Amino acid sequence: MPAPDDRPVIDTSAPPEVPVRLVDDFTPDLIDVGAHHLCPGCGEPIAMRSIMEVLAEQGLMQRSLAVFGIGCYTAFSNNLDCEVLQALHGRAPSLATGAKRARPELVTVTVQGDGDMVNEGLQEVLHAAARGEAITCVLLNNGVFGETGGHMTATTTLGQRTKNTLEGRSSAEHGHPIQAASLVAGLDGAAYVARGAVNNAGNVAKTKRMVERAIEVQLAGAGFSFVEILTMCPTGWFIETVDAPDYLADTIGAVHVGGVLKDTLADA
Amino acid sequence: MSEPALMEGSAAIAEAMVVAGCRFFAGYPMTPFTEVLEGMAKRMPAVGGVCMNAESEIEAIGMAWGAAATGVRAATGSTGQGLALMQESISELTLARVPMLVINMARSGADYFQATRGGHGDSRQIVLAPMDVPEAVEFTQLGLHLADKYRNPVLLYGDYFIAHTYESVVVERRDFGPLPDKDWALDGTSGGSGRAKLISPLGEVKQRDDVGYDLADHHAQVERDLVAMEREVEPLVETGYTDDAEVIIVAFGTPGKFVRYCVRELRAEGVRVGYVRPITLHPFPSEAVRQAALGAACVAVYENSAGQMVDDVRLAVLGAADIEFIGGLTMDSSAFGVGPEIAVGPIRSKILDVCRRRGCVTEGSV
Repeated sequence: MPAPDDRPVIDTSAPPEVPVRLVDDFTPDLIDVGAHHLCPGCGEPIAMRSIMEVLAEQGLMQRSLAVFGIGCYTAFSNNLDCEVLQALHGRAPSLATGAKRARPELVTVTVQGDGDMVNEGLQEVLHAAARGEAITCVLLNNGVFGETGGHMTATTTLGQRTKNTLEGRSSAEHGHPIQAASLVAGLDGAAYVARGAVNNAGNVAKTKRMVERAIEVQLAGAGFSFVEILTMCPTGWFIETVDAPDYLADTIGAVHVGGVLKDTLADA
Repeated sequence: MSEPALMEGSAAIAEAMVVAGCRFFAGYPMTPFTEVLEGMAKRMPAVGGVCMNAESEIEAIGMAWGAAATGVRAATGSTGQGLALMQESISELTLARVPMLVINMARSGADYFQATRGGHGDSRQIVLAPMDVPEAVEFTQLGLHLADKYRNPVLLYGDYFIAHTYESVVVERRDFGPLPDKDWALDGTSGGSGRAKLISPLGEVKQRDDVGYDLADHHAQVERDLVAMEREVEPLVETGYTDDAEVIIVAFGTPGKFVRYCVRELRAEGVRVGYVRPITLHPFPSEAVRQAALGAACVAVYENSAGQMVDDVRLAVLGAADIEFIGGLTMDSSAFGVGPEIAVGPIRSKILDVCRRRGCVTEGSV
């Protein structure tokens, strides 16, 4: 948080030049209510907003289906003004596959956390990618089971302290982290694979462009598209909210490195 | 087709799904279910449908779930072992109120508990147990109809015999009456309307500033719907010679057909024995079983298991007659149910043994 004297000073010596705008005015029309119950400092609402903004801006709202896994982000399954199919833990890619095959005109986007996708249902996303399924899978990766209160997942980085790796994840005891995007990128059916983050404004903008590209790839029928988004979880990381963006960059961001891993549409 | 054709059970079931309008199927090969998947892989593309070779049973039912949520008639299946993998989804499909036909081409008669009591939470499904290929063709279609009617999965309980027996059968579309519109189905078009649809085991109400949301409301509604479904569905059952029978034999599925044959044979020889064949295993035809038991000394249950349905028979009879279990596990090494126990000879001698002990065999009649 900036020191008090660093805060912007609002000039009140004259009437404002533009009318006041409510926070709701900035909320994409896909988000029906402003309220959610995620923790302060959580990165998932920012990631979710990026996805929804893309669908809204591309005019895809009336043909989109979001398939949600189970995690903190599931809180958004019942307050987005976008059709939602709720999957069981780990199962979003198979539901999305069925929906997309049954109605190929749907723009189908799954949202899963690292516990959901990389622990519980890893084979789902790998097979969907290998099939070249015309869906977009989004991984919200914060390296912990946030909803249960901060436990180790398959993407937890070495040394990271969680509720069940109290001294930090050790490779000898707990094995090595799985790099989901890298794994998916190795499969021939995957047309677009990228890893972004939402720990600062620049990364949010880059991540949104990745989502845009993934949807573009889906619309082009070029194959499977995948965006991993690193998100902050100060509660599950047991750190101060304001420290979370830097913690992300220094820890999981140093292992799960950002960038576009694969773009066959651009390469073609 | 309206002319009878000689068809293997699996192909007939696949054709029954086609004529009933099922346009999405997903499965994973496992004996004796495999040929149903083969049949659908062959037939679906020709009728504009989709058949997915899923990476496991878990994904198979997930894919069918996704398709069914868009309003397409969808089905999946496996054996009892595969259904165990699907069990979480079967239960949650009840909560999510997604219709689906789930076919269990069981490896034995020992999946009764799984079919009627499997799964977590407060979920129940209608279970249909055909005795042969023509019934399987009918109940496949009825299952798809009931699934849509009650927005709930329906289980079809077959076995190795039904999957692989060739029978002369007519596969034509059956009309079971009108169904409500699938106005809940997802197609994307309600997005941005302020009323975007949601299909979820946690409820289908979108939270809004002006609308409260409570998970308990959804669970209570599902419970009311399940109770209403169970009241409304007329249990299906076949009975024979129950009016004056001193011994009643209860059996379902393929063994039920063998038991019926043996009972008919023994009747012709003067033995006062009757049979009850439950067709809906859930809801169980308790009233028919009880009525049959009222005048009898003994109700004997034949199952190819260590005794599972016998529990439901006990609950139906409620002490009105003695209950005996005369079934047993199949004994062949394949464990596919093609053993001596399912031959007429051993079943007949088990039935005759009960009848002798209960005094309903007059000397010289058999």
